Amino acid sequence: MINKLVLSNLAHRPVRTILSVLAIAVEVTMILTLVGVSYGTLDGTARRARGVGADIMIRPKGSAAIGLSTAPIPDLLLGVVAQQPHVALATGTAIQPLSGFDSITGLDLDTFSRMSGGFHYLQGGPFQTDQDMLVDEYYAREKGLHVGDKVQLVSRTWNIAGIFESGKLARICVRLPVLQELMVSPHKLSQIFVKADSQEHVQQVLEELRAKLPGYPIYTVEEFTSLLSINSVGLLRSFIGVVIGVAVTVGFIVVFMAMYTAVLERTREIGILKAVGASSGFILNLLLRETILLSLLGALAGILLTYVTQWLMQYAVPASLTQETVYAWWPIAGAIAVGGALLGVIVPAVRAVKQDATEALSYE
Amino acid sequence: MSEQPIIKVQDLYKTYRAGDVDVHALQGANLEVEKGEFVSVVGASGSGKSTLFNVLGALTSPTSGTVSIAGNNLESLSGPQRAALRKRTVGFVFQKYNLLPTLTAEDNIRIVQYIGGRGTNFSPAFVEILDILGITDRMKHKPRALSGGQQQRVAIARALVNEPAILLADEPTGNLDSQNTKAVLDLLKKLNRDLGQTILMITHDQEAAAYGSRTIRMRDGQILD
Repeated sequence: MINKLVLSNLAHRPVRTILSVLAIAVEVTMILTLVGVSYGTLDGTARRARGVGADIMIRPKGSAAIGLSTAPIPDLLLGVVAQQPHVALATGTAIQPLSGFDSITGLDLDTFSRMSGGFHYLQGGPFQTDQDMLVDEYYAREKGLHVGDKVQLVSRTWNIAGIFESGKLARICVRLPVLQELMVSPHKLSQIFVKADSQEHVQQVLEELRAKLPGYPIYTVEEFTSLLSINSVGLLRSFIGVVIGVAVTVGFIVVFMAMYTAVLERTREIGILKAVGASSGFILNLLLRETILLSLLGALAGILLTYVTQWLMQYAVPASLTQETVYAWWPIAGAIAVGGALLGVIVPAVRAVKQDATEALSYE
Repeated sequence: MSEQPIIKVQDLYKTYRAGDVDVHALQGANLEVEKGEFVSVVGASGSGKSTLFNVLGALTSPTSGTVSIAGNNLESLSGPQRAALRKRTVGFVFQKYNLLPTLTAEDNIRIVQYIGGRGTNFSPAFVEILDILGITDRMKHKPRALSGGQQQRVAIARALVNEPAILLADEPTGNLDSQNTKAVLDLLKKLNRDLGQTILMITHDQEAAAYGSRTIRMRDGQILD
């Protein structure tokens, strides 16, 4: 019966109910989208790193596992690495960050292809000239690029020579020496990928490289990809914390406003319930159920909205932002929505419980 | 009468604050109502009728004096005990009906039965009361789809659903036309006569008061006779 009253109350004021649900939905979507984009970006990076086909990665001295470095590794090191026992292949890349989430990668296509098996071209093919650029399918779709198109990047006009299937190393590739020159870092690399001659020798190569190149962060690709998590990126973790804080505040304010207005509007009804013997617990129970129902509906709508944001990103910026559906965060976001809402209902509920029945009954 | 009065009020005072002014609404009121009586309380506006109604219904506490309702001394009851008294011992009928606008007539009654801890199914005896009230065909309608008279009948049904010892009615015909006024008063009289329902009805209308088996008058917070 109490649920019937809750439902009828919500249905009686559809605009306020819908607005409250939507506001809570936005709160939930905000959290799930941020988490989804974080996971999507990190997983995309991990997938592309695995796609290189290397066993080991060497990063610049003092660099973290995650984060774009420019090109502080002397390329002489590449020769040293390649000479190590059980190293089958070594290739270096240079990375120049662009605006937003994009970066341009310089590579030696020959060694890279031998290591990774080469790009699978959907259109065009490999570099023919120093002006040539290869882009992956998502970047091409996002920018509307086709083979033969001209692109202006890092103060230079490039010719799109090939569009390749995503999943290997980078989204935008040019020849290594060209990018090094543009970066004013000739003979410098951003990272070195190493392939061992067999899986049994990976650990041995790793240890020897660590001994040989002290100070360089050297990981197996598996180690590197396992580091690509939200918890490993302090800034991202803090950012998500801030967004959750904002979301809880939004939920609190929305529910506070909605329930405060509801309690005010329903002063007479609460008075009636008290007059017929409803206890404070009953009134509290009623408001809590309404709040929880609002926040659960909001959470559900928020989850559905994340599919919309996912589709929008896929459609509008497939290369820059990838949003994953992180099911594990659904209950977390739902709990955050309910928590914020419950905080918001405290004051209105106390007001309702303390309302004098005779005054409430004379309220117009 | 060998039984204790179902309502016993002794030396009742109630003073409340309205803005900066103390209003002495009840000033030494005394009253006894026997079980099965239909008592009308009449008086001009400001005579203290509604305050008496609120005190007898445990909606507000007296400033001093003693009030016994069906053997319960109100001054010794806690907030939850007062709520319990309202849901089991006293039924209210208000001038403005005070139905919950979001629920149907039926659910307005059921929610009160539910609050009273009696489930949500109507007893056969109560179904007969609904028949007497003549609202069985309007039960699925929300209050806004009912006439004033129908709303007041639903309110009476709601007041009776938990079989209260006392039915308190505050100007139950104050918002009704003459036809509906007569119908509601006839119903109250029938409930009193046929079911032995104790009724205390506040009214300023002498004609309405005449439906009671006894009429008492109030003036300046006191009961005159």
